Amino acid sequence: MNMAQELVAGATTAPPVDPGRRGSGRRRRTRLLLRSPLPLTAAIVLVAIMLVSLIAPAFIADAAQRQDLTQRLSPPFQLSDGFAFVLGGDTLGRPMLLQLVVATKTSLLIAALSVGLSALVGSAIGLISGYTGGWVDALIMRLSDIIHTLPSLLLALVILYVLSPSITNLIVVLALTRLPIYMRVARAQALEIRERVFVEASKALGSRPWRIMLRDIRPMVAPTVLTVAMLEVANVILQAAGLSFLGVGLQRPDVDLGIMVASGREYLSEAWFVTFFPGLLVVVIALAANILSNWLRAVDDPGQSALFVSRKSLRDEEVSR
Amino acid sequence: MLIFLSRRLVSSVIALVGVVVVVFFLGRLTGSPAHLYLPQGASQEMADNFNRTHGFNDPLWQQFIRFVGDVAHLDFGTSIWQQRPALTAVTSVFPQTLLLAVVAMTLSIAVAAVLGCLAAARRFGPVDKLITFGSLACASIPDFWFALVGVLFLAVHLGVVPTSGQSDLSSWILPVATLMLAPVGVLTQVVRGAMIEALGSGYVQSARARGLAHRRLVYRHALRNAALPIISVAGDRAAGLVNGAVIVGTVFAWPGIGTVMVDAVLNRDFAVIQAGVFVIGLGIVLLNVLVDLTYAVADPRVRVS
Repeated sequence: MNMAQELVAGATTAPPVDPGRRGSGRRRRTRLLLRSPLPLTAAIVLVAIMLVSLIAPAFIADAAQRQDLTQRLSPPFQLSDGFAFVLGGDTLGRPMLLQLVVATKTSLLIAALSVGLSALVGSAIGLISGYTGGWVDALIMRLSDIIHTLPSLLLALVILYVLSPSITNLIVVLALTRLPIYMRVARAQALEIRERVFVEASKALGSRPWRIMLRDIRPMVAPTVLTVAMLEVANVILQAAGLSFLGVGLQRPDVDLGIMVASGREYLSEAWFVTFFPGLLVVVIALAANILSNWLRAVDDPGQSALFVSRKSLRDEEVSR
Repeated sequence: MLIFLSRRLVSSVIALVGVVVVVFFLGRLTGSPAHLYLPQGASQEMADNFNRTHGFNDPLWQQFIRFVGDVAHLDFGTSIWQQRPALTAVTSVFPQTLLLAVVAMTLSIAVAAVLGCLAAARRFGPVDKLITFGSLACASIPDFWFALVGVLFLAVHLGVVPTSGQSDLSSWILPVATLMLAPVGVLTQVVRGAMIEALGSGYVQSARARGLAHRRLVYRHALRNAALPIISVAGDRAAGLVNGAVIVGTVFAWPGIGTVMVDAVLNRDFAVIQAGVFVIGLGIVLLNVLVDLTYAVADPRVRVS
């Protein structure tokens, strides 16, 4: 009995694509990525930014915080003050370049943690909601409606007002405001999958609901949730920066890209670069993430995006049909 | 249609009630809300006094019933900072935000419709690629940074628009552009997708076979049928406009709900926050009803069912 159960479970944990093709799908993606210049550039830029911002702060954290008032708002693109000041000095004479690296690390960490948290919690709730159905489902969906009714920034503003702003609260609030997306996606999938025959089979073999959810349905929901999470990274980076910009997100002495943009606001006419560079970095990161996730979707569904389909390949496809 | 509309209305009202409940419990999340209502640095004595007069020592359920009763009378308490009813503080500026949002959304839909149609008409061509890349870029630019860079170039360097405040028409350029950024990025992709589907469908092909002009085909036949998903996403995005309004309020000192909410946060004016959340929630619920009605106008099938 136990073995039969394992057999059924083993056969059914397979994602929509069978396990044999899964590896080749990844290889196919890598091959495709190497051939498409725009997503490849985006990937390289993103990986480079991640590596630098994860490794470098260990060496430059002190130098980044050191204030040198003679360098206050010193203009960028001059190497006379050393490479650290190549992007100028900020409002307190700290080297912009090093500050940017440290701030990027914080922004990326916040985004990664809150996307991970909301994807995990949201899809779990959605899965339970979709599989269980009934009043649990109705209640959970109404809750998601409520979060969805309120503009995310407003909700975050109010919650961070009640709880004091801190990096943990910021991550939790960002995760909370993005929950409904994952809840809906996971719920819709679970609703569909629970009607499939293999779930019936698992049930007939005596699997308890939590086992069906965890072993049978979860593996099939995971890829979709992952795609959504990829898409969300850029959104969350923008939102976190916005909250910090408004002064309710991260607080000094911690620094992220939103705080850096805000700090240059008062000096816009004298020192444009204090505001300009951190924002530009946000654009670069978000754009690269957006291009990558767009491309990932296009690989699975070529009709989707204009950027990664050439007319020629489309013609070839039509001819071969 | 009426049944559909009333069902939507009921679920919207439930959401609104939920918003009110959430606001109530948010305020009590950290115990007595005295420290939320009172200015920073208020003494313990003041807090005790405040708790007594406002009944914050009563059991939670009694407080909740009283709160619901007050809300039913549209009484959200008095703004400590502005010294007038919180609801008045919010509703007096709400039309300003509404006007800005309507202008921004209308322009966004217009721009997105043109760009999306251009992209869909020459699918996978260079124009399509450029527009798709542009829309991705729009969705990747932080609105607060866009606003500041706009001030830097148009106001500080060129001097064609004022840096902040609401005066003549030129002062509207940057706030509206800031609000349009995100919706244009998203809507262009939606229009493109919907148009590609519409242009590939049977009735457009048959119209083409009858020899209709391309322009007429695109704008009269396909765009009309592509309107539904566009309306639906535009309605969904409208809630996001409040986010933009908060940014516009702080960057441009633009009168509106954004400025009021941020001031309320900075001045620890909890009554105004409560009223603001309620009014915005109500606005979004009403908007959803409006979107449903627009659906019925745009698509006769909805009207019949």
